[in-house]
Amino acid sequence: MTYEAGSYDCIVVGAGHAGCEAALAAARMGCKTLLVTLNMDNIALMPCNPSIGGPAKGHLVREIDALGGEMGRNIDATYIQIRMLNTGKGPAVHALRAQADKYAYQRRMIYILQGQDNLDVKQLLVERILVSDDKRVEGIETNTGAIFRSPAVILCTGTYLRGKIIVGEVSYWGGPNNQHAAMNLSQNLRELGIELGRFKTGTPARVDRRSIDFSQMLVQPGDEKEHYFSFLTERGTGHNIPCYLAYTNENTHTVIRNNLHRSPLFSGVIEGTGPRYCPSIEDKVVRFADKERHQLFLEPEGIGTYEIYVQGMSSSLPEEVQMQFLRTIKGMENVEMMRTGYAIEYDYVVPTQLGLSLEMKHISGLFCAGQINGTSGYEEAAAQGLMAGINAALKVKGRSPLILKRSDAYIGVLVDDLVTKGTNEPYRMLTSRAEYRLILRQDNADLRLTEKGWEVGLVTAERYARFKQKKEQLEAEMKRLKETIVTPSHQELAKLLEERDSTPLRQGIYLYDLLKRTEITYQDLINVGLAAELPEDIKEQIDIQIKYEGYIAKQMSQVERFEKLENRVIPPDLDYYGIQGLSNEAKQKLASIRPTSVGQASRISGVSPADVSVLLIYLEQRRRQGGIDA
Amino acid sequence: MNDTIAAVTTAMGAASVGIIRISGSEAGEIADKVFRSKKGRSLKDKKTYTITYGHVVDEEGKVVDEALALVMWGPHSFTGENVVELQCHGGMIILRKVLELVIRAGARLAEPGEFSKRAFLNGRLDLSQAEAIMDMINAMTEEGAQAAVSNLQGGLSNIIKEYRKQILEIMAYLEADIDFPEEDFTRLTPGELGLRISQIADGIHDLLQTFRSGRILREGLKTVLIGRPNVGKSSLLNALLKAKRAIVTDIPGTTRDVIEEYYNLGGIPLVLMDTAGIRETEDIVEKIGMEKTREAVEEADLILYVLDIVHGITEDDEAFIRRYPTDKIIVLANKIDLLKEELSEEKIKERVAPYRVHFVSAKEEIGLKELEEKIKSVFFENGFNLSDKILLNNVRHKEALERAKRALESAHRGVEDNLPSDFISIDLRSSWEHLGEITGETLEEDIIDQIFSQFCLGK
Repeated sequence: MTYEAGSYDCIVVGAGHAGCEAALAAARMGCKTLLVTLNMDNIALMPCNPSIGGPAKGHLVREIDALGGEMGRNIDATYIQIRMLNTGKGPAVHALRAQADKYAYQRRMIYILQGQDNLDVKQLLVERILVSDDKRVEGIETNTGAIFRSPAVILCTGTYLRGKIIVGEVSYWGGPNNQHAAMNLSQNLRELGIELGRFKTGTPARVDRRSIDFSQMLVQPGDEKEHYFSFLTERGTGHNIPCYLAYTNENTHTVIRNNLHRSPLFSGVIEGTGPRYCPSIEDKVVRFADKERHQLFLEPEGIGTYEIYVQGMSSSLPEEVQMQFLRTIKGMENVEMMRTGYAIEYDYVVPTQLGLSLEMKHISGLFCAGQINGTSGYEEAAAQGLMAGINAALKVKGRSPLILKRSDAYIGVLVDDLVTKGTNEPYRMLTSRAEYRLILRQDNADLRLTEKGWEVGLVTAERYARFKQKKEQLEAEMKRLKETIVTPSHQELAKLLEERDSTPLRQGIYLYDLLKRTEITYQDLINVGLAAELPEDIKEQIDIQIKYEGYIAKQMSQVERFEKLENRVIPPDLDYYGIQGLSNEAKQKLASIRPTSVGQASRISGVSPADVSVLLIYLEQRRRQGGIDA
Repeated sequence: MNDTIAAVTTAMGAASVGIIRISGSEAGEIADKVFRSKKGRSLKDKKTYTITYGHVVDEEGKVVDEALALVMWGPHSFTGENVVELQCHGGMIILRKVLELVIRAGARLAEPGEFSKRAFLNGRLDLSQAEAIMDMINAMTEEGAQAAVSNLQGGLSNIIKEYRKQILEIMAYLEADIDFPEEDFTRLTPGELGLRISQIADGIHDLLQTFRSGRILREGLKTVLIGRPNVGKSSLLNALLKAKRAIVTDIPGTTRDVIEEYYNLGGIPLVLMDTAGIRETEDIVEKIGMEKTREAVEEADLILYVLDIVHGITEDDEAFIRRYPTDKIIVLANKIDLLKEELSEEKIKERVAPYRVHFVSAKEEIGLKELEEKIKSVFFENGFNLSDKILLNNVRHKEALERAKRALESAHRGVEDNLPSDFISIDLRSSWEHLGEITGETLEEDIIDQIFSQFCLGK
């Protein structure tokens, strides 16, 4: 028996990091939204590492924040340690990373969701997605027969689809952290004609902090100076709780080698493809056999808990073997395991079936975001959730979707990679994936994206006003620096130049040009009375924009060159098989991916530069014949 | 915004006028770098559809050729973009040199069919031509691909792949350190980094040097026939070619231009260039020929210096000969059929020792076979070896290698200037991409694959 349980503008299935952002975005944009979860207590759960950020991932969090998402503010309010990584490198790869209090993180997010206007949060199990004959999504049906109607459904089911937990010889159906798997939904998706693949990932054991001798390990504190992910945060938690660094040794490796035959990875029990950047310890020992030791980080899972996450030791070896190898580590001789490490296999949706808006190409109104799309990581999930939420809301309102370009944001790179190229392992964001890395800095995420967040109606008036003020101050000061000349007669500056071993002035110089010298910063100008005090982020912005101007300009011109292809729209109904001159491989790939622009087409593997030329000419020909505007 | 492209648009060979077309937003700026108008005015300031007389000059301001520059600003040009056409005096050497200057000034060598493609995309060609252009692009690509395959069957492809692999390894070090800053693996020191980069740059430099051997096979050994007027250069050329091409008269200076002829010398292609004689002259037309002569001589792989045995050797002859290394020149004593007692072969040999002397008669066709043998021997003595050299014989490949080398040099400067590693990585990536243009591989996943195969990373 089924019954009508209500109707919404938008329904989000799953309340992990993708689902939270999706639901909040849609509700904040004015859509009546329903967020459903298997278990209300596990909203925004961090089933793996207790940290957020790092290279590329930290960039994603800042972008999510700049667009009006929640992740940045949530971690700023709940971190137990925060660090800026890569400070010895260029500003584009500076990366913020926080250790989270997992429980505080969840609690705050649950509270925000429950208190959000336009948003209902319900605990229930979805069994079916309702789709009309003409391939439009109509709602969801639960295992208790409740039917919720909606023209937009966002699937954020993470690793729960036909999830299977594997520990050594033991395996059972289940989601992360011993939760229920969603067994029937997978089958339903297949029936809807959605192609699924199977991936695998894993997590290490959690151990009892009281059983560890930390004096044998290296202390890893956070930065003294507080940093925040959100452009709105003004004060952090004040916590700086350390992590610890330890190493495996020959004994550890011997234990692992002696038990390899019991590993599901090597015995063939696991079929899914695992991520290379998240290898299990047994994988590392086998693949890098000549490495004498591997490092591991002991990371607290929060403040009100004794649990410690053993980063670097992910494993699916039998429980007793995990125990045995952990105890070979210096300082962990008497360690007690509280939760066993495991591998998890799950179904994912082959992401090339999605368009750039994250909407399924063949089912109108059905969006997918997060780990269900074959990605890995909380930040990657949240970024997709945010975009799916925004685009579902825009669709309901009859507006065109927000598509971020590869030159706009890491989020743009992430989505474009997924839907254009697909992925053959759980996809993790890396700065190396971004060809315009120098422009996509974490420091300028607001300058790149807040205006867009405002246009779609997600950025609040408060955030927008702050952003406007920052932008105006920055622009005014840059203008002043370009117009103001300082002369050699400026005594304090002359003294500073001498101190810094910087060439003395022979004639007047624009302040702008003075700042191009690596040894002179904007703060120096303030100190010698040539500039007025400004907020930290503006000072940093000025230094970066001026000092790296040459490189940034070079990258901007690359962007402009490719822009022409990116702006060349391909009509969705194009018959690639009818285009004379395209290679057969290109015809097949293009017909299956259906890129929206020639730029996107050029990134599909198997589409050659000659194919791109043919496509351009064909589109131009079509345009002139008065066909659909290309 | 399109980048600016350039190519020779007239058929390569002995045409009387050769045109270099430059098209793209920077066409004016680039042309201004290589062209000096007679009145010293910038082409950029010229009105569209105007012709300017001047000279093509190299980076040092040395005149390469005299030329007419035709400017056509977009959208009213063949391609719809800004276009400058440099009409030069033709001749493969000059055109190639001008094209190289244009490329060094910032243009990119045009792809096959690219002018037409741009013309079409900018609405300058009508619909009926579209199909033809698509077919052409396909045909060219196929042809190009075939040519590339045959080119790359030799050692070049393996060497390029090896360099790419090495660059990728270095990038993996830098990128892994950026994306996994806390992981435990050995980083490259700046010293090691600089060394590894410069080793690859040096390798590419050596590879570029082999372009000459490749070029000789492709374009022929540039052999210039030179000598005072009326010593019988053209007759000699004709005798060698057994075809009366150059005008032969007894009036000094009838050959007013460099004449290029192609000649197969036992598998080695020879480009024979007859020139106006060396002689101070008031004749303006001939002066132009003379300037060309000098250039041809400087660029030549081999000089055949022709003497009229009847008139003997003058001081001018000797002075000219001794300006060049012995392995670049063969003295041809012509008109041996008219040899007089007092000027014996030995005497002539002594006068120009240690230079090689060869006795011929163009009129009676004496000594021509032997000359061929001599040219071959000079050729092989000069270290040219058909079998063991890497044959870099494609201008596009050469250009890509030069770009790759420049990017590596820039990366190396970055290391020396202590730039952050992500900036060095930018240059390494672009050199890797330029090399990829040669082998046709530009897979973006490569770097990520490399990182994970090279290092043990991850939580």
